[in-house]
Amino acid sequence: MRLEIRLAGFGGQGIIRAGLMLAMASCIYEGKNAVQTQSYGPESRGGACKSEVVISDEDIDYPKVVEPDILVVLSQEAYNAYVETVKKGGLLLLDPGMVPLRESKNVGVRVFMIPAAKIAEQLGKTIVANVVMLGALVSITKIIGIEAFRKSLLSNIPKGTEKLNLAALRKGYEYGKKLLEEADTSLNIA
Amino acid sequence: METKNKAMLSGQHFMNGDVACAEGAIAVGCRFFAGYPITPATEIAERMARRLPQVSGVYIQMEDELASIAAVLGASNAGTKAMTATSGPGFSLMMENIGLAVMTETPCVIVDIMRGGPSTGQPTMPGQQDVMQARWGSHGDYEIIALTPSSVQEMFDLTIEAFNLSETYRVPTFLLADEIIGHMWERVNIPSAKSIKVVNRKKPVTPPSEYGPFKPDEDLVPPMACFGEGYRFHATGLTHDEYGRPKTDSAEVQQDLVQRLCEKIRRNSDKIVKVDRVLLEDAEVAVVAYGIASRAALSAVRKARAQGIKAGLLRLVTVWPFPDKQVEEVAQKVKALVVPEMNYGQIVREVRRVAKETPVIFLSKLGEEPHKPLEILDALGEFRK
Repeated sequence: MRLEIRLAGFGGQGIIRAGLMLAMASCIYEGKNAVQTQSYGPESRGGACKSEVVISDEDIDYPKVVEPDILVVLSQEAYNAYVETVKKGGLLLLDPGMVPLRESKNVGVRVFMIPAAKIAEQLGKTIVANVVMLGALVSITKIIGIEAFRKSLLSNIPKGTEKLNLAALRKGYEYGKKLLEEADTSLNIA
Repeated sequence: METKNKAMLSGQHFMNGDVACAEGAIAVGCRFFAGYPITPATEIAERMARRLPQVSGVYIQMEDELASIAAVLGASNAGTKAMTATSGPGFSLMMENIGLAVMTETPCVIVDIMRGGPSTGQPTMPGQQDVMQARWGSHGDYEIIALTPSSVQEMFDLTIEAFNLSETYRVPTFLLADEIIGHMWERVNIPSAKSIKVVNRKKPVTPPSEYGPFKPDEDLVPPMACFGEGYRFHATGLTHDEYGRPKTDSAEVQQDLVQRLCEKIRRNSDKIVKVDRVLLEDAEVAVVAYGIASRAALSAVRKARAQGIKAGLLRLVTVWPFPDKQVEEVAQKVKALVVPEMNYGQIVREVRRVAKETPVIFLSKLGEEPHKPLEILDALGEFRK
């Protein structure tokens, strides 16, 4: 089965690294096929930025995302651009602090709001907001085992930041888990 | 000292295409890189800067692309396998000395990670707009070899192949990838050192007194001594005889030289050309594609088959010399050919030349997104029974 994930925000949020960590966890640490592609502007920070991951048990021909099963947005601009692209029955994960205006008519999508930047700030560094988000993604979607993701995370971060990143992963994972438990009943209504 | 394990990262990796290209170069014995960073090829230079010193190689960041390719030619003439990597604007700047590489028959590998052009265009966006420039960008008549990887694994494998071809035919060889393939991360299996085929340039067997650096063997390729090895080696961009002596007023020498520079590739094109044939046996319509467009094409062909459309894919691994025979063979069997390219119509010209009466449908794509499989499927859908 082919699974498509799109992560979008702006340059500097670690969007590309986030996609890479997911793909690597799946490919190297879980033995599936995975590919990550990216799109960004010439600016080093602030421009629109998109990272796409395709995971499959089979050989992956087309490496880009066509209709995401999972969309993660970390900016209002990214929300506006991609919210309507999510597959029916798909998932949308967003940071409500970064996406204040949420007026999508894409009703077939389950929405999870993770205040990733705020949680990261409480940990001392907003730079790990991407890892908080991925922690939540792992616990909500279960597309990757937490152990595989932890290994991928550790092989993608600079030495000396392990403690901070693992804390961000744990916080995000727990937040997602809690959200999922709370959401269980309301999901049926939607 | 160089150790085998440092040159060869045997095992499974998750890499991007640019890095895999650098690793392929190191695996096949490239020990010199001169370049000027440019998006989306910068990661190749970065990787080479880190890796070459580990294997006793030399990395130089030059002042520009003109100097980069010049340094590569110098290193190659001194006997070292050498490479540079760039993108459209830098590729344009290299054209003059690429002609010198052709004329002096200096083996070298030039990687072009294609972005959107013309000019500085769209630096971070993909394109396949330099395929004709690779073929014709320098002046005069000549032939070169160009390979078009479509996966990260092929960025590794075809970089090795590019060096081997360049050394075999004493000709500049191009690796033409697009931004997506260059920046894409995928699994790469790096084999053991002994399972990699490494070709080194033919050395002279004649004594120095009889050696001519441009005196060809039967296969039209002259053996190549290195500068400083004891052989007289005069190299010039001027038309020259077999000893490298300028002959600027002899029609005969000009005729013989230009003909040989072209024919050493044309006559060997069967050995050089590689294509990948997918589901072509009973195909009634075929896609001809390379690089990123071939990934969408493969998906489209599989979808078409699921709908009962007899579609196939001819993926070009070599674009230069153009696979005339292979394309013609497919063209004769099918009702139509579909050619998707991330440009405004380049390789499709070659396909039309070879396809003759068979209709050729061209699908152009420019900008950020590659062709979607459904766009190619739409073109194939017309051949539903």
